[in-house]
Amino acid sequence: MSGEKKYITDIGPPHYREMVHPVLMKNYGKWRYHEYVAPGIIKHVSMNGDEVYMVRAAIPKIVSVYFVRELCDIADKYSDGYVKFTSRHNVEFIVTDKNKLDGLLRELRERGWPVGGTGRSLKAIIHTQGWVHCHTAIIDAPGLAKALYDELYDYFVRDDLPGKLKIAIACCLNMCGAVHCSDLAFVGMHRKPPVVNDDIVSRLCEIPTLVASCPTAAIRPAPEKKSVIVNEERCMYCGNCYTVCPGMFIHNPKYDCLSMWVGGNAVAGGPPEFSRLAIPYLPNNPPRWPECVQAAKKVIDAWIKNAKKGERIGDWIKRIGWERFFTLTEIPFTDKHIDDFIFSLPTFRTTTQFKWR
Amino acid sequence: MSETPLLDELEKGRWPSFVTEMKRMAAVKPYSKNILLQLERSYVERVTHWKHGGIVGVRGYGGGVIGRYSDLPPEVMQTPEVHTLRVAQPAGWFYSTKALRKLCDVWEKHGSGFINLHGSTGDIILLGAQTASLQPCFEDLISIGFDLGGSGGDVRTLSCCGGPAFCQWSCIDTLDIYHELTMELQDEIHRPRFPYKFKIKIAGCPNDCVAALARADLAIIGTWRDSIKIDQEAVREYAKKGVNIAAVAARCPPQALEWDGKELRVIPEDCTRCMKCLSALPKAILPGDDRGVSILLGGKATILQGAFLGWVIVPFMKADKPYRELKELTRKILDWWDENAKTRERVGELVYRVGMRNFLKAIGQPPAPQMVYAPRANPYYFWSPEELEEVK
Ligand code: HEM
Ligand code: SF4
Ligand code: SF4
Ligand code: SF4
Ligand code: SF4
Repeated sequence: MSGEKKYITDIGPPHYREMVHPVLMKNYGKWRYHEYVAPGIIKHVSMNGDEVYMVRAAIPKIVSVYFVRELCDIADKYSDGYVKFTSRHNVEFIVTDKNKLDGLLRELRERGWPVGGTGRSLKAIIHTQGWVHCHTAIIDAPGLAKALYDELYDYFVRDDLPGKLKIAIACCLNMCGAVHCSDLAFVGMHRKPPVVNDDIVSRLCEIPTLVASCPTAAIRPAPEKKSVIVNEERCMYCGNCYTVCPGMFIHNPKYDCLSMWVGGNAVAGGPPEFSRLAIPYLPNNPPRWPECVQAAKKVIDAWIKNAKKGERIGDWIKRIGWERFFTLTEIPFTDKHIDDFIFSLPTFRTTTQFKWR
Repeated sequence: MSETPLLDELEKGRWPSFVTEMKRMAAVKPYSKNILLQLERSYVERVTHWKHGGIVGVRGYGGGVIGRYSDLPPEVMQTPEVHTLRVAQPAGWFYSTKALRKLCDVWEKHGSGFINLHGSTGDIILLGAQTASLQPCFEDLISIGFDLGGSGGDVRTLSCCGGPAFCQWSCIDTLDIYHELTMELQDEIHRPRFPYKFKIKIAGCPNDCVAALARADLAIIGTWRDSIKIDQEAVREYAKKGVNIAAVAARCPPQALEWDGKELRVIPEDCTRCMKCLSALPKAILPGDDRGVSILLGGKATILQGAFLGWVIVPFMKADKPYRELKELTRKILDWWDENAKTRERVGELVYRVGMRNFLKAIGQPPAPQMVYAPRANPYYFWSPEELEEVK
């Protein structure tokens, strides 16, 4: 007791009462409506007439402590020392004094922080960690995100797209983001089975767990070696075995690649939709992945040109049909596009009613 | 000559660059510079240079720190330990700058100075610390009021939308539910003992701004059972300003709205709470008063058997403080999953394997048509012995 510092754990996150802007706290649960003022600016009005402006700006996924302190300086100046981050990793400044809006916008512009991402715009790209952190990363998601952002910048700061545009990137099939339900998504992919290192497998891996990790039962125990054997014909390169065991080395820069997916969403107004395969192979071409950027641009341009107002990419495709999608985007349709995994049957067309192109 | 010619390419263009941010730290911390140089090398070789995580952590916890070691030889990477701390974010990602500044000071002192605000699950990610720094960093974090989040086979850090703090549609107190559930589950978050990860996300209304449905094992989504509330005066105001109210009514998926030029009427039992009319006429339409949550189970990304979207397991439950029913249900689901799942089997996959029948019985929830789009189309269903006894 005496003098000895107690070891404290399990305090949980800071309480939101200390973190939420006092004006938001005062009107907690008493909001009346909101209004889009301009791209990136939403006005919220409470039942007693209080008004706040939420100003949304994009920030890079990896920032330095210096950047965060600058962000704090801005918030001290314009939003009373409080900020909020969004579920898509933007920052929002909470402006209670309308007269401070211009100054804030000027300051953000000077620093080059894009303001936007509201309404019918490109939303912040949800992406994973990549080569700066992860041992299973096939591509560098932050780098591809930056290259895409530079190309699509205008769609973030304007809000006149046919509908919202949500892009996601995952650097491997673990997909630590909402890639499987995005309008457009890139995923890093392997194209070769893992190479088994018997020494590492026998020393570091639990064989039953490793065998069970394979979704296609491609891994068999090889008790004589205290290792395993991969049936290469069954392997669909998911990398799950490598996630559980370092002896199943699957990285192969010569063959690794990206894939592009389209048409998913996860919103209200109808059941959510999975993203579907658009392009099975795109080269892994850092630092700026030009082939991926162009592929995305092509689909987005076709969507902007052909979609009706209010249609997200998936809505548009649903209306015109996948046949027409492949025609309009000039993306080749291959055997890779036809599902042959576990839940494939419902994707087979069981009617003679379809379009020719 | 620059040491990072490829990464330099990512400083070009209009969007703010993470490379610039990394360079700012690299300029003052050799440790951070090593990380930057390794990243450049990955760009050159098109391959990652991290090994599988080793077991590192802080005293008393099993999760919250991801061990990371470089696979490069020591003469290339002098500081191979680059561990990551996951720090649990305050509800709804709201911060005072005071708290953020303290966080920066602690992180500048103990680690690389690289931060993600935030990771996909929701945590603040502190990216890059050496093994010896982890314990002091954790203790300093605790002293400024922050704690670690989850990792590994545990309940992961929860997340929630901003809800009642600024949104008129929130049917529940998302921030408070987040905080209360997080505090209730501290042990489950910090000490992994489960078959795999378990994610919980809370959204205030069916718009689901945290994408709980697609990403959470347990999605808690605010909703109402009675009728939307329509302010007729405000509707007429919209009409006067030229908003096409008939078109808003026509876009109601179940055709639950009627507009006769003066009044917008709803057939409450037909409304599926899609939020479309509320979004179109925010000043005129609000959620109903009999509020609670719908609970969906099983959302996850592709690994292993394919992506799952969460499906309804509880059509409606009240969610008022102290959230006893919600907490009990969460625990029941966690216990059942813990007892029955194989290693690395998410709860949705387990339910898919053993059937909703067994799951609903285990958690004591009655089956309801709201749980399916349609009843089964095959004749292969089971009877339990008890049910047959009843017939006799
Ligand atoms: C009061 C009105 C609303 C508020 C305050 C609100 C708040 C937010 C915020 C702050 C974000 C993160 C955005 C970003 O960083 O880019 C978000 C994302 C999202 N919002 Fe909203 N939102 C509102 C209306 C809506 C509407 C009308 C819909 C659906 C039609 C919707 C569905 C979503 C979804 C699904 C996400 C994204 C999750 C993801 O894809 O990662 N929200 N919302
Ligand atoms: S998507 Fe894959 S590589 Fe990227 S962070 Fe997640 S597990 Fe790592
Ligand atoms: S990569 Fe996937 S499919 Fe191939 S052996 Fe490993 S777990 Fe099985
Ligand atoms: S989920 Fe609903 S309540 Fe929460 S912020 Fe989005 S619109 Fe508002
Ligand atoms: S919420 Fe959706 S279903 Fe309900 S009345 Fe409005 S538009 Fe129709």
